Amino acid sequence: MTWVVALNTFREAVRDRVLYNLIFFALLMIAAAVLVGQISIGIEHLVIVNLGLTAISIFGLVMAIFIGVGLVYKEIDKRTLYALLARPLRRRQFLVGKYAGLLLTLAVNTALMTLGLAVALFYVSRTFVRSDLSILVAVYFILLKLALVTALALLFSCFSTPMLSTVFTLGLYLAGTFSTDIRSFGEVTESPALGAVTKFLYYLLPNFNNFNAIAAAAYGRQIPLILVAQNTAYAAIYITLVLLAAAAIFSNRDLK
Amino acid sequence: MQAAIEIDGLTKDYYLGFWRKRPRRALDGLTLTIEEGEVFGFLGPNGAGKTTTLKLLMGLIFPTSGGARILGRAIEDVSMHHDVGYLPEQPYFYDYLTARELLDYFARFFRLSAEERRRRIGSVLDLVGLSSAADVQLRRYSKGMLQRIGMAQAILHQPRVVFLDEPMSGLDPVGRREARDIILDLKRQGRTVFFSTHILPDAEMLCDRVAVLVGGKLQGVGSPEQIVSIEVESLEVLFELPAGSALPPALEDAATQTGARYRIQVPEAQLYDALEGLRAARARIISVSQLKPTLEDFFLRLVGGEQRKHAVEISGGGL
Ligand SMILES: Nc1ncnc2c1ncn2[C@@H]1O[C@H](COP(=O)(O)OP(=O)(O)OP(=O)(O)O)[C@@H](O)[C@H]1O
Ligand SMILES: [Mg+2]
Repeated sequence: MTWVVALNTFREAVRDRVLYNLIFFALLMIAAAVLVGQISIGIEHLVIVNLGLTAISIFGLVMAIFIGVGLVYKEIDKRTLYALLARPLRRRQFLVGKYAGLLLTLAVNTALMTLGLAVALFYVSRTFVRSDLSILVAVYFILLKLALVTALALLFSCFSTPMLSTVFTLGLYLAGTFSTDIRSFGEVTESPALGAVTKFLYYLLPNFNNFNAIAAAAYGRQIPLILVAQNTAYAAIYITLVLLAAAAIFSNRDLK
Repeated sequence: MQAAIEIDGLTKDYYLGFWRKRPRRALDGLTLTIEEGEVFGFLGPNGAGKTTTLKLLMGLIFPTSGGARILGRAIEDVSMHHDVGYLPEQPYFYDYLTARELLDYFARFFRLSAEERRRRIGSVLDLVGLSSAADVQLRRYSKGMLQRIGMAQAILHQPRVVFLDEPMSGLDPVGRREARDIILDLKRQGRTVFFSTHILPDAEMLCDRVAVLVGGKLQGVGSPEQIVSIEVESLEVLFELPAGSALPPALEDAATQTGARYRIQVPEAQLYDALEGLRAARARIISVSQLKPTLEDFFLRLVGGEQRKHAVEISGGGL
């Protein structure tokens, strides 16, 4: 059941020409590869990987947030949900199906962008080296991050408008990117109350810092396996909690 | 025999206002039992609570109090949807799908083989007259076509109980007739149909029983004949006045003028008085005709409270 909803969500994204963003990504990669190949000596690899991964992350984030916040809202607003929920389908199944569908879309999109990055990299370097495997790990971390952001967007979209949900999700994303700074700030303040608050925020906010392995990949550093395991577990637990909250809200609300 | 639909004290308050939320009762203690195989009409003026009732039964909104069972299963139990179909009011479906794709999507929630799905989709598209538009995206569908695909998805999985919220709305005369035929077909197959409507002739022709809801309160349940027979007979007189002649003062309020012609509606008992007045004014009578009671008149009377007594009387056997 959930899978049926997921596949339809994927189909919707494809028909709404969401994957057209790949054209922009391809143009960006081509331009970068051609330019870098002409002007710099020795840092082609660094520039291409850095630029490529940053673009993959940003393109993915934009998609996750903008599609994510409309995922449930649109179906309520247009009342397409009425007939769908008259199937033997639980609301939480619908919710998880929508989530999985967008995740599938993001995964396909990211995979294609990664392929583009590999082609650009091969064009400038003429070879792949073992340390390039770090790029794949960095991409995996980006996907984990996108999965978390999507879950947050979905949660907000269960009770607020796309506009507000975008603001909330983006705000939480930025706060989560700086959550380490928030804690350090709390550690240097004199006030124990403020210290407690910042510490609480640090644990409550999703921590997006650990998902950033772009620099490591660009410099060809190896990414420790323990970090991979840690990030995977962290994302899985956080996403589960967010989806449970979303399901609790969505399962009990009146559709307009 | 187990009842198809048992509604028990179903009540819904909507909360209005942003800050100080005030409850507004849209449905007030609805209690109703519909047997299997019945075609049941749910009548009531705009805002009576018909759509609210259907949305409650489909689990789209949640009751303030009370509950209901469909085919013996509580409405909170999603498994009951295996045997239930629903046409929402002013249905709207995914823009980006064709009619055939939409039906295939919906069919996948039931245990049907690919072959069975294909067969059913073909026959149901035929039934609602959309075969030639089956592969057109729904964004290009007209209102009536959406209504038709809405009907198709409601009956696709051959449910034992079908809920239709104003199935005739937006349909042309041919479409209405086809919708009526579909309902009669469902009845012939022994299925239960519960539909809301404003169109009295449809209710009269199709329903075994009807219920009338006004302001969220059930006014009565009975056969359509019982409901209509309550109506006081009235007549319509169409006439013209010669130049220089004025309307009799007694008829001034009741008359409506279109061009040179006037029209008045009078209860049967006052017809001769009215005609006397018109004779005195040297009016040329064009026609006197019997008005078939309309649902609107009936509602207006119910809202005015004049018919409450009757309405309660006819509910005797039904409730
Ligand atoms: N989401 C909502 N929020 C607040 N009030 C609502 C909501 N939906 C319906 N109502 C109110 O509940 C009452 C019943 O509405 P409902 O849509 O059930 O009427 P209806 O009988 O279907 O009318 P119609 O014949 O026009 O379709 C109305 O007074 C309406 O204003
Ligand atoms: Mg309605």
